[in-house]
Amino acid sequence: MMTIPCPHCGVRDENEFQCGGTAHLTRPALDASDREWGEYLYFRDNPKGGHRERWRHAYGCGRWFNLVRDTVTHEISAVYPITETPPR
Amino acid sequence: MSNRYSAWALVRGAFARHANWPAAWRDASPKPAYDVIIVGGGGHGLAAAYYLAKNHGITNVAVVERGWIGGGNTGRNTTIIRSNYLYPESARLYDFSLRQYERLSEELNYNVMVSQRGLVLLAHSRHDLDAMSRWANAMRMNGVDAELIGRDELASRVPGLDLSPRARIPVLGGFVQRRAGTARHDAVAWGYARAASALGVDILQNCEVRGFVTSDGRVTGVDTNRGRIAAGRIGIAAAGHSSVLAALAGFRLPVTSYALQALVSEPVKPVLDTVVLSPGTGAYLSQSDKGELVIGAMLDLFPSYAQRGSFAITQSILAGVLAMFPAYARLKMLRQWAGIVDVVHDSSPIIGPTPVPGLYINCGWGTGGFKGIPVGGWTLAHVLATGENHPLAEPFQLDRFTNGRLIDEAAASGIAH
Repeated sequence: MMTIPCPHCGVRDENEFQCGGTAHLTRPALDASDREWGEYLYFRDNPKGGHRERWRHAYGCGRWFNLVRDTVTHEISAVYPITETPPR
Repeated sequence: MSNRYSAWALVRGAFARHANWPAAWRDASPKPAYDVIIVGGGGHGLAAAYYLAKNHGITNVAVVERGWIGGGNTGRNTTIIRSNYLYPESARLYDFSLRQYERLSEELNYNVMVSQRGLVLLAHSRHDLDAMSRWANAMRMNGVDAELIGRDELASRVPGLDLSPRARIPVLGGFVQRRAGTARHDAVAWGYARAASALGVDILQNCEVRGFVTSDGRVTGVDTNRGRIAAGRIGIAAAGHSSVLAALAGFRLPVTSYALQALVSEPVKPVLDTVVLSPGTGAYLSQSDKGELVIGAMLDLFPSYAQRGSFAITQSILAGVLAMFPAYARLKMLRQWAGIVDVVHDSSPIIGPTPVPGLYINCGWGTGGFKGIPVGGWTLAHVLATGENHPLAEPFQLDRFTNGRLIDEAAASGIAH
C-alpha cells in the first residue's frame, strides 16, 4: 500500500485518496480542431517513470493537490498545490 | 505438423517413458530481415503470427519478445473467456473470438482446456436487475446467448453464495452466458507459439525493442538488444507497454496503463463449477482445475507499470468475495500478482494502422485481453497482410478518438475496463 503525503493532513494510506489522472492538461480554445480536441480529451503520454498527476484526499480533507510519482516504483518525489506549476 | 499430438503419440511416448518429447516450438535467433515483425510475444502477438502464416501464407515472420513468451498479461489473467458485450460492433468482435476459442484445441492441435462452465453475473439491486435485462436482451439481439436467471437457479448454479435474508450484499438475480467459461492461459500462448513455429515463424525471446527504424517516415525495422532487424511491416501487440513503444515511434495513444491484480487460494475440493462476476463488489471468481479459487480484482485506479498491485485493492476485493461467499473465510491465499493493462476511454480495443506508415497496433483491450486473443491476432494479421482493416476491426480504429465514434462499453455494459 502506498502512503501519500496530503499537504493538508499529513501522510495517510492510499485508500483514503482518489487519483485524478494527468495534471497540467490545458483545455484548447473553443475553435480547436477535432484533432486538438481529441488529443486533449483522450491522448496521454502515459509515461513509464515520473508522472505529474492530480490526487484528491477523498476520505480526508477532500482537497486536490499534485504529485510527481514514479509509475514503476510508486515513489513520490514532489507534492505541490493544485494551482502551482510543476517543480523542475 | 511433424510432431502431431494425439492419443497414439501419448502411447508411443509412454514406451519411451516420455523421455523423448521434442521441444514444442523453436527458440529462434534473429535473421537480418523479415517480411513482418510482431512486437510482443503474448497471446495476441503469437496469434497474429500464426494467422499471418495460416490465413495469409506469410511465414517469413518474427515475434520479438522482451522477456519470455506468455510472461506478461497472457500469464497473469484469470483465464475467463466470454462475449457479454452490449453494442453490435463489440458483440461481433468478442463472439468471433469466443467461437474461435470453442475450436482452438483442434485448430492448434494443442489442448487449451476450454471449459464452457458458464458465467453468472449478479444483480444486487433493482437498478442492477433493470440494467442486466437490457444488457442480456441486447446480447440476444446480437445473436449471443444470455439468459436472465432468478434466485432459485442462482442457488443451484452457485453453491455457497449467500442468498439468505441476512446477506450483507443482497442478490436479487442475474444473468448467465452459458457459452462463457475458462481456458488454460499458458496453453493458449504455447499452442499458438507451437503452431506458428511449425509454419516457419521465428520466435525471438529476450529480444527487447529499443527503437524503430524509419526511412522517409515509413517504418523499416526495429533496433533491439540483439541487433537491428528489418521488416516492411511491423505490428505492435504489447498491452500495457503500448504507450512506451508508441513513444519510441513518435506518437501518442489514448491509453493509460493500470495494474490489474488477481490472486489464487490454496487448492480445495470442487466448490464452484461456474464463473461468478459481481460488478457491484468488483469480485470475479472461478475455481481452477487444480482446485484453486482464482479471484480477479478491479483496477488499481492510478497509472502504474508495477506488476504487483496495491494491498488496498486486495483487501477490498477479498471483503467483497467474503460478503458473498462467507464459507470461503478460512481459505488461505497462495499468490497475488498484477498485470499492466492498457485502458482506453471507451473500454474497446484499437486494431489497425498507426500514424506511422507500415506500423500497425493491437492494443486497448484493458482488463479483457485474454478473451480477445483469437480475434485480436486474426484481425491484426489481416491488416498486416493486406493493408486493409478486417471488417470486424473497422469500427475499432484510432480515429474514433478524433471523430467521436466511440464504442463505449464502459458506459453501455458496465464492464470495468
